[in-house]
Amino acid sequence: MSTQITDTTIDLAEAAIGEQAAELNSLDLLESEAIHIIREVVAEFERPALLFSGGKDSVVMLHLATKAFWPGKVPFPVLHVDTGHNFPEVIDFRDRTVERLGLRLEVGSVQEFIDSGELSERADGTRNPLQTVPLLDAIAKNKFDAVFGGGRRDEDKARAKERILSLRDEFGQWDPRNQRPELWNLYNGRHTVGQHVRAFPISNWTELDIWRYIARENIELPGLYYAHDREVYERDGMWRAVGPVSEPRPDEEVIIKQVRYRTVGDMSCTGAVASNATTVHDVVREVAASTLTERGATRADDRISEAAMEDRKKDGYF
Amino acid sequence: MSTTALEHSTLFRFATAGSVDDGKSTLVGRLLHDSKAILADTLDAVTRTSADRGFGGENGSTQKIDLALLTDGLRAEREQGITIDVAYRYFATDRRSFILADCPGHIQYTKNTVTGASTADAVVVLIDARKGVLEQTRRHLSVLRLLRVPNVIIAVNKIDLVDFSEEIFRAIESDVQAVAANIGLGDVVVIPVSALEGDNVVERSTHTPWYTGASLLDLLETLPTTDELERGLEPFRFPVQLVVRPQGALAPELSNADDAGASFRDYRAYAGQLASGGVSVGDAITVLPSGRTATVVGIDFAGRSLEQAVAPQSVSLRLSEEIDIARGDVIAATGTFGEVSQDLYAELCWLSTKPLREGSKVLIKHGSKTVQGLIRAVTGKLELESFEYQAASGLELNDIGTAQIRLASALPIEVYARHRRTGAFLVIDPQDGNTLAAGLVRDHPGDHEDERYSI
Repeated sequence: MSTQITDTTIDLAEAAIGEQAAELNSLDLLESEAIHIIREVVAEFERPALLFSGGKDSVVMLHLATKAFWPGKVPFPVLHVDTGHNFPEVIDFRDRTVERLGLRLEVGSVQEFIDSGELSERADGTRNPLQTVPLLDAIAKNKFDAVFGGGRRDEDKARAKERILSLRDEFGQWDPRNQRPELWNLYNGRHTVGQHVRAFPISNWTELDIWRYIARENIELPGLYYAHDREVYERDGMWRAVGPVSEPRPDEEVIIKQVRYRTVGDMSCTGAVASNATTVHDVVREVAASTLTERGATRADDRISEAAMEDRKKDGYF
Repeated sequence: MSTTALEHSTLFRFATAGSVDDGKSTLVGRLLHDSKAILADTLDAVTRTSADRGFGGENGSTQKIDLALLTDGLRAEREQGITIDVAYRYFATDRRSFILADCPGHIQYTKNTVTGASTADAVVVLIDARKGVLEQTRRHLSVLRLLRVPNVIIAVNKIDLVDFSEEIFRAIESDVQAVAANIGLGDVVVIPVSALEGDNVVERSTHTPWYTGASLLDLLETLPTTDELERGLEPFRFPVQLVVRPQGALAPELSNADDAGASFRDYRAYAGQLASGGVSVGDAITVLPSGRTATVVGIDFAGRSLEQAVAPQSVSLRLSEEIDIARGDVIAATGTFGEVSQDLYAELCWLSTKPLREGSKVLIKHGSKTVQGLIRAVTGKLELESFEYQAASGLELNDIGTAQIRLASALPIEVYARHRRTGAFLVIDPQDGNTLAAGLVRDHPGDHEDERYSI
C-alpha cells in the first residue's frame, strides 16, 4: 500500500471527471448533503425517528430518507405531534404516506393532554406552542435518541443559529449560547443518558429550494398546497379557512376565494394566501416572485413577538 | 430571478470575518438587501425600527434603513448588543445560490472563524479604511491560511469616510499583500467598498474610477468552489457510512413487485459521500485500513445506476468481492494511498473552555470513524500575529497549536495541506461528548525541521 500516484494518473482522472462534475447543481448538492446527514444519524444513533406532519418540509425529509436507504425501506418510525387542529386532508395524506412506505407512525396528541388536564387551552386558541409537551413525552416514552426535523435556517432568525445536529437536555431545551461548533462535514452526535439530538438535514434549504425539489422529484403533497376554492374570511391580513376551530366573528365576511397554503399547521392560526398557482410549476414561479416570508404571510403565532420562535425553541419546540 | 436560470445555478458557501465596528453587519445587510433576499414583511419591521432610531429622517441621513438590523439575531444578542454565534443566511442570484456563514468578530473570533471557514468556498475579511490592517486582521488571515480557504477577499470598508481616496486604499492593499505573502497565503483580492452606501458591493461604483476590479457580488458569483478546484486534483476517497443490506426489509414498492424482491435479496452496497475525487464503474479500489482490494461493479443512487460519481455526491457502491467492510472504513482508488497510521501529528484549533493538557485521553472523529486517542505531547503554540510557533505544554480556548496523538487503532489519515477532507478531524471529550478542537493533520514532525509547512 505504498505505491505513489503519478502525475499522469491524476491528469487522466481529471479529464474523465471534469465534464460530469459541472452538472451538479445546487439541488444536487443540497440533496447529497442531506442524505449524508440522514445516514450519519442512522449509523450513530440507536433509536432515531422522523417528525412527520404531512407538511411539505417533512414530506421532502421522508423522500430523502427513502433515497438514502434504497433499496431498503426507511429504517426508522415517524412521529407526529397532532394538535387536534390539523386540516383533515393533511391527516389523511399523512396516513396514506405512512401506509405506502410501510412505516410505523407514533402520534403524540395535544388533545389527550388537554383532556387529562396536563395542558390547558390558550386564550388565543392556538395550539402550536402546546406541541412541546406531547413531543417531549413521545421522545421519552419511545426512548428516541435522535429526532429528525424539517426545520430550515431561512425560516426564522432563531433557526438561523441552529446547528445541523442540535443537542437537547432532558427538558428538550435549546441553549443557543452553548452550542457545539460544527466543522467540515463531521457531525458530533455524542450525548449522555437523558439527552437527545434534533437533526436538521435540510437546514441549508430555502423555501424555493424545497419547491424546486418537489417539482424535480415529482413529490406528492396534500392538495391544499395548491390553489383551490375555499370558504375564507380575512383576519390580521390573512385568509382564514372557515372550520370548527376557526370560526369567523359576526363582523367578518365569509367569501369563496381561490387560495393556497404555504404552510400547513394548526388551522386556528395558519392562514392561506390568495393564489392561482394550481400546479407545482406555478408554485415555484409564485415563490420565486414572493415578497413575503412564508411565516410572516401565514403564521399568526410567529407574529406575536419578534422572539416567538426563539422562546418556543428554548422550551424544546421543534 | 428566473426559474429556468435556477436549473443551472450552483451552490457557493462563504463566510464573513471582521473586527468590532468594521461594518460587517451592514455589509451582510447590504448584500441581502441589494440582492433582494429581504422580503417585504421583514423590511417593514426593520424600517419601523430604523425610523425610531433616526434613520431616513431629515437629519441628513441618506439611509432609509439601518442595514445592520437585517442581521439582528436572538433576543439575548439584541439586549446585550453582541453577536453570540455564527448565523447562516441565504440568498440567490440567477447564477448562484449562496450560503453565508455570518461569523461574529469580537467574541471567540477563532472558534467562529474556524467554524465558518471549514466549509467556506470563500471568506470575506473586512478592514475599516480608516484603521487599516489590525492585529485581528493578521489573526483572521492566519486562520484562513491554516484552513486553506481557497478564495480570500478583503473588503476595505467605509471607503466613503476617507473620501474614496485611492492613496489610502493602495496603502492598505499593499499592507494586506505583505501580510498574505508573509504567512504564505496565496493571492487575495482586495476591494474598496462602502457597505453603508453600497459602493462596489453589488454594482461597480462611480466613486472609485481608479478601481478596475469586480464588485463583491460579481466575485462571489464567479469564483470557483472548493470542489470545482480540487475535484480533479485529489484521488478518490469514500468513507463508508453504512452497509446497505436490506434482505427482508425492502422498500415496499420493490418487495411488492413480481420478481424484483428476489433480485434485491442478496443486495449489498456501501453507502457514503465521496470525500474527494471521482469513481467510475470498473475502477480498482483498496479498502483502508485492511488493504483488501476489489473492483467497483455498480454505483447506485436511489434506483438509478450511475457510470461515475464525483465529490461530494452521496451514493452506494457495489463491489466485485464480498470483503469485510464496515462503517468507518475508507474506500480509496488503488495505488493512491500511503500507509495507515496509529500516530498522528496535527494542528489543533482549541475550541473549548476546558484546556488541553498532555496525557489527556480524547476521542478522534475522522471521516465516519471515531477512535480513542492519547495526547502524547503538545509541541507548540502558533502566535497568529507572527505566524510562528512558540514552545507550549497545553492549549486554551481559541489557541492553535501542534500536538502528537497516539491512536487506539490505525486510521487512513492524510495531510490536510493536500487532502482537505481526509486530513481533517474532530477532537471530542469522552466525558461530556463536546467538541474540543478542530484537527488538521500535518506531516510527521520528523519530516520537516521547519515548523511552517508548505503546500
